[in-house]
Amino acid sequence: MRYALVGNQNCGKTTLFNQLTGSNQHVGNFPGVTVDSKIGEIRGEKGDCVVDLPGIYSIRPYTNEELVTRRFILKEHPDGIINIVDATNIERNLYLTLQLLEMHIPMVLALNMMDEVRGNGGTIDIGKMEEELGIPVIAISAAQNEGIEDLIHAIKDVSQRRIYPKVMDFCEKGAVHRCIHAVSHQVEDHAERIGISPRFAATKIVEGDHNIIENLHLSENELDLMEHSIVEMERDSEMDRNAALADMRYTFIERVCGQAVIKCRESREHRRSVRIDSVLTGKYLAIPSFLLIMLLVFWLTFGVIGTFLSDLLSIGIDGLSAVAERALIEYGINPVVKSLVIDGIFTGVGSVLSFLPIIVVLFFFLSILEDSGYMARIAFVMDRPLRKIGLSGKSFVAMLIGFGCSVPAVMATRTLSSERDKKMTIMLIPFISCSAKIPIYALFAAAFFQKYKALVMMGLYVLGILVGILCAVILNKTTFHGKPMPFVMELPNYRFPSAKSVLLLMWDKAKDFVQRAFTVIFIATLLIWFLQSFDSRLNVVTDSGDSLLAMIGKLIAPVFIPLGFGDWRAATALISGFSAKEAVVSTLGVLTGTSMSSLGKTLGEIFTPMAAASYLVFTLLYTPCVAAVATIKREMGSLWKTVGIVCMQCGVAWIAAFVLYNAGKLLL
Amino acid sequence: MTLDQIAVGQEAKIIKVGGEGELRCRLLDMGLIPKTVVKVQKVAPMGDPIEIHLRGYELTIRREDAGKIEVVT
Repeated sequence: MRYALVGNQNCGKTTLFNQLTGSNQHVGNFPGVTVDSKIGEIRGEKGDCVVDLPGIYSIRPYTNEELVTRRFILKEHPDGIINIVDATNIERNLYLTLQLLEMHIPMVLALNMMDEVRGNGGTIDIGKMEEELGIPVIAISAAQNEGIEDLIHAIKDVSQRRIYPKVMDFCEKGAVHRCIHAVSHQVEDHAERIGISPRFAATKIVEGDHNIIENLHLSENELDLMEHSIVEMERDSEMDRNAALADMRYTFIERVCGQAVIKCRESREHRRSVRIDSVLTGKYLAIPSFLLIMLLVFWLTFGVIGTFLSDLLSIGIDGLSAVAERALIEYGINPVVKSLVIDGIFTGVGSVLSFLPIIVVLFFFLSILEDSGYMARIAFVMDRPLRKIGLSGKSFVAMLIGFGCSVPAVMATRTLSSERDKKMTIMLIPFISCSAKIPIYALFAAAFFQKYKALVMMGLYVLGILVGILCAVILNKTTFHGKPMPFVMELPNYRFPSAKSVLLLMWDKAKDFVQRAFTVIFIATLLIWFLQSFDSRLNVVTDSGDSLLAMIGKLIAPVFIPLGFGDWRAATALISGFSAKEAVVSTLGVLTGTSMSSLGKTLGEIFTPMAAASYLVFTLLYTPCVAAVATIKREMGSLWKTVGIVCMQCGVAWIAAFVLYNAGKLLL
Repeated sequence: MTLDQIAVGQEAKIIKVGGEGELRCRLLDMGLIPKTVVKVQKVAPMGDPIEIHLRGYELTIRREDAGKIEVVT
């Protein structure tokens, strides 16, 4: 048996999924979209699995979440649907329920957070609800693990015995009723042919759902007939089609709730949320408290915990690498193979793993921010400035993470439900200066702009943001022309995040990163190793200036003459910066044959101060590192778009550096 | 009168929901339909969007979109 778990956002769906499956879960794969959706086996029920579909409010054809959900239910034919509903917010949650009922699949309603309803003096008449909705209704509390056994029992029962929802007709007698039934009658054969319920097909046709209409293959004539009924309904009900159907559903819900629900007084949880919000979204305190929270997250991630774990990891890898090196030397292995193992494989693995602590720690905090309900508030507070560049407040957090590292920043765009917003955010993240570029800035600033060090650093960050904004405005007018996703967002009550959900998410993100990025990053570091270690006749190089990498550097160096740094060593360092931005500094050290302490002085021979500034601007804006590129490819789902982004970045970097260098030369 | 003109803390009853396409469907799906009573809860620190309370929950919409919702007090 296979069940679909469907519900609104913020209704405790993930918590229920975790209770149902324990840790027996893996990420499901839906072709074409990168919406998370997990499959897990129900605990103690061999062979019964449940699919956690994304949180949605209605079955429309607009967002990825909606498309994934409808495709799964209509095409994969689950044996049953578990519809989880937030009992404290039952009216709006039942809106989705009514659409699911129309799909005519065995279904159980899980009334979550019943403990909260009762705790605040409310009740819900379960028997009455079952009677009105025609499906079993089970009161549960996913967070307290209450009622889960009953729920499993109920969904197994309806699925095995194929008990369909008894009620599907939510329309009171009248214009809407007549219209839906007429259309439903006309579409019956078509709907049955593609295996969907005629009633569901009919309401979606009335709503003008192009996705369903296309799939039904209706003839011109049939469409005309249906349109005729719909227009008639609009005239008689004095409402347009979408308003009429929404009104029909909410009228039904209000009637059911009027009979079955005794609303609680204002709940403790709501009062608490209002109090918290008086600070966190308050007129004067919202932005300072937001900055404080983000600063704390950054400091803990990149400063305290991340660095500690990274250091621990690198000590481990260094130790292992030293042991391996000794063993290989003792064995008397060919020095090239030794170099491959130590400088290639160990360095490669090390560079992949060095991202891991940061990703795990950052997602620990992010999932707390998300699950507690604060992320929605950030979007609320930050929507206005982002709208100016054609994005919504929801993109803000991902962009902010970009100051730390582009990899988790790109991964965090997963929560954006509009494909357009997501792609645009991903394209802008690399312009935000990540923390790995700091060593480059520090080196050059100290060597050339000692007096204005802080100013130069600040200037680079600001420039990155400005160029990002400029690109956003241009993209918004060209490639991403069209409407951004409407900003209609629920602000859920603040809740304590469940430890289990947070830990599972961390585990998922870590696994995801290692699996997907490992091959790409690994191969890229091996490639760089190869290019650094051999010359064109595949002899091992003794002088790093003879290597293949240096050759390529010399080949492309002329491209940078207009930017003021035509030296091959500068170009070569940029290439190795592709494996990791820190490598720019170390490569410059190796190629100039100077130690880190005197590198600054040596650079003075290669760069003029103006060229140094131009070099800094170029490193700020050019292609993100290979780990980021691998992540971008994963999230964009397209190699060509990823290549496009890399080319765009390099192009923008070249232009910006060119403008700066030549303007500087003219002015000074 | 439209929803964006309602002062913070005031209640209003929806008469008509304008807008089009996806935005309009979203508003309707979230329960902003004629005869619904909504309360304007708060304005975001930068003046936009606004937070409203309806059907026992909190929703945020932009001023521009709130301007498409006709209400009476």
